[in-house]
Amino acid sequence: MSTPAAVSPAARTIRGPSAFGGTFKRFADLTWMIGLTQYRLTYFGSALGYLWALMRPLLLFGVLYVVFSQIVKFGDGIRNYPVLLLLNIVLFNFFTEATGRSVMAVVENEGLVRKMHFPRMVIPLSTVLTAALNLVLSLVAVMVFVAAYGVDPRVEWLLLPVLLVPLVAMTAAVAMLLSSLYVRFRDVAPIWSVVSLALFYGSPVLYAIDSVPEGYQRAVLCNPLAFLLEQGRQWVVDPSARGAVEAIGGPGWALVPLAVGLAVCALGVWVFEREAPRIAERL
Amino acid sequence: MPHPPGGRGRERPDGARGAGSLPAVPERLAVVDVEGVHKTFRVPKQHVMTLKERALHPFRRVEVDELHALRDVSCQVLGGEFFGIVGRNGSGKSTLLKCLAGIYRADAGRIRIAGRLSPFIELGVGFHSDLTALDNVVLNGVMMGLTPSQARARFDEVIAFAELEEHVDLKLKNYSSGMQVRLAFAVMVQSDAEVLLIDEVLAVGDAAFQQKCFNVFHRLRDEGRTIVLVTHDMLAVERFCHRAMLLDAGRVVQVGAPAEVGRRYLELNFQRRRDEAAELTHAGASSGATVRAIWVEDDAGRRVESCAHGEFATIAVAVEAHQRLEDPEVHLSLENDDGLRVFATTSGQAGEAPGALEAGERMEMRVRARMSVQTGRYGLNASVHRGGAELVTYRGRGCELVVFGTEPHAGLVELEHTVQARREREPVRR
Repeated sequence: MSTPAAVSPAARTIRGPSAFGGTFKRFADLTWMIGLTQYRLTYFGSALGYLWALMRPLLLFGVLYVVFSQIVKFGDGIRNYPVLLLLNIVLFNFFTEATGRSVMAVVENEGLVRKMHFPRMVIPLSTVLTAALNLVLSLVAVMVFVAAYGVDPRVEWLLLPVLLVPLVAMTAAVAMLLSSLYVRFRDVAPIWSVVSLALFYGSPVLYAIDSVPEGYQRAVLCNPLAFLLEQGRQWVVDPSARGAVEAIGGPGWALVPLAVGLAVCALGVWVFEREAPRIAERL
Repeated sequence: MPHPPGGRGRERPDGARGAGSLPAVPERLAVVDVEGVHKTFRVPKQHVMTLKERALHPFRRVEVDELHALRDVSCQVLGGEFFGIVGRNGSGKSTLLKCLAGIYRADAGRIRIAGRLSPFIELGVGFHSDLTALDNVVLNGVMMGLTPSQARARFDEVIAFAELEEHVDLKLKNYSSGMQVRLAFAVMVQSDAEVLLIDEVLAVGDAAFQQKCFNVFHRLRDEGRTIVLVTHDMLAVERFCHRAMLLDAGRVVQVGAPAEVGRRYLELNFQRRRDEAAELTHAGASSGATVRAIWVEDDAGRRVESCAHGEFATIAVAVEAHQRLEDPEVHLSLENDDGLRVFATTSGQAGEAPGALEAGERMEMRVRARMSVQTGRYGLNASVHRGGAELVTYRGRGCELVVFGTEPHAGLVELEHTVQARREREPVRR
């Protein structure tokens, strides 16, 4: 090349892909557009569309309800057991669905990742958003069921979003972790399906914390998911329940699930941010 | 050479030599500046890597192959310039484009770009076949950096350009592939980016669509947009580019006027082919004969490297025997760029057998044929056989021939044919 020309003063350095990057507006626009598109494709693609999305947790609820309250008599000591079961299933279903889809998210969007420039974090977050949209609509149905069952409406119902924020944050962090790790390690998928099953039975979804032997209650509640579900039970289903903070043994102990949750979030963001610049090359 | 829109009078004294006939470049500031960029891919040798393996062998180092895709690449693209990046497959040109686009991170060096950037690595990336054209255009626009409202506002123009007004509400899966490509191209053209990075989009579509692409490239160039085009189509480069850069094995070989770069590219290609052919023939040298040369002549007896579709050309093969060769037979084949054998013949068809060749004796086979094959580039392979069967020597792509033409020829070969078409007036009685 002959003598180099002066570089335009407007030039900015291209640093390659990253987890975030770009303006917040663009990041939000992208996440929203992709999440909404996925949501429409997933739930409105078939003829009955959204009905199916609603039917899945309801059918699962139906099966579990028959098994655990009619056959095994699991819920006998638990007040409003069917309501608790439905709420728990919908909340936990959000976690499994979002994380389960996120495992493959980066790989499935290979075309975008390898051929477009955009903040990589959009991919796991839009997957979580898709599931979150579904969660919100399911919760509306749950609340209708709760009211129809005869649980008196209370102000605490409005606290439900307070539970959703940490739940969504944790789900997003796990989604980041899984989607980036799957690119490197393909056995993340089978491992995660086992782990999420373990989490399902290890969290008070089918049971309440009172059914757990005294000595193990605290250990179970150290799992932030268990903690959130148990708190939801007091706020929405059964005001006479102890509440998660009391069950774990006071506010001091409640810091443990909080710390675990924050650690998971930090780990998810850290791993994804570390992987993001080269994720396109590893596909 | 592109024709200047009356640009001669405005020619600048600082214009690079050899670029004098090009339209004046509006600004002389570099809008793309690449300085010493390196990019290495590490490819693990054991491909499938699992957590289990990692857990079982925590200290085992994974052996990796290092692939140096880019080595110390520096170049500048000036404002309003149409800049071509050419090179063979694997020369690093697409990697460079992806680094420019911010899809890959360069290992070392610096890339600076001024102005809004739109990369087009592939047409229709992120199109969902279950969405309508509107949804796809908006989604794609947002992916490329527009706001959702900007993307929606641009929709009508996009659809008009793609000539799809009547099919707006159809899902994309109901579009023909041609319509999808048109839509994708329209999205690209309507983005108002100042710097466009384009990778081989010309490779898709039929001849009419390619013509449209060319028209758009002319327009974009005349509008003064800065365009970086990655391709291995030298014709496109010479047609559009102000300047071009040749990459080989990740290094910059040459930056300059398209014609010069094109010539260097051809030289490089032929040299490599010759090296490969030499390697191939090396084994044959001890075995009794070599294919000394393959070339093409027109009917006037001039050596040519190209010929028009449908014209006659003569392919000649010269063979030299190193030891006595009983019943030698020369096989000749013509293969296209995809490696498909389009035509083959042997000296056995000549009628009279030439008889045994003594050591040092030469033989020439000439094949005159009408080149009714698809336009494109062809390689000529020749081999020598003993006794009609046993392979003595082989030379792959000993010569290349470009068949050009003005009409699109969709099939591999044009068969001698007649066409009849008539309306059936009455049902056929049996």
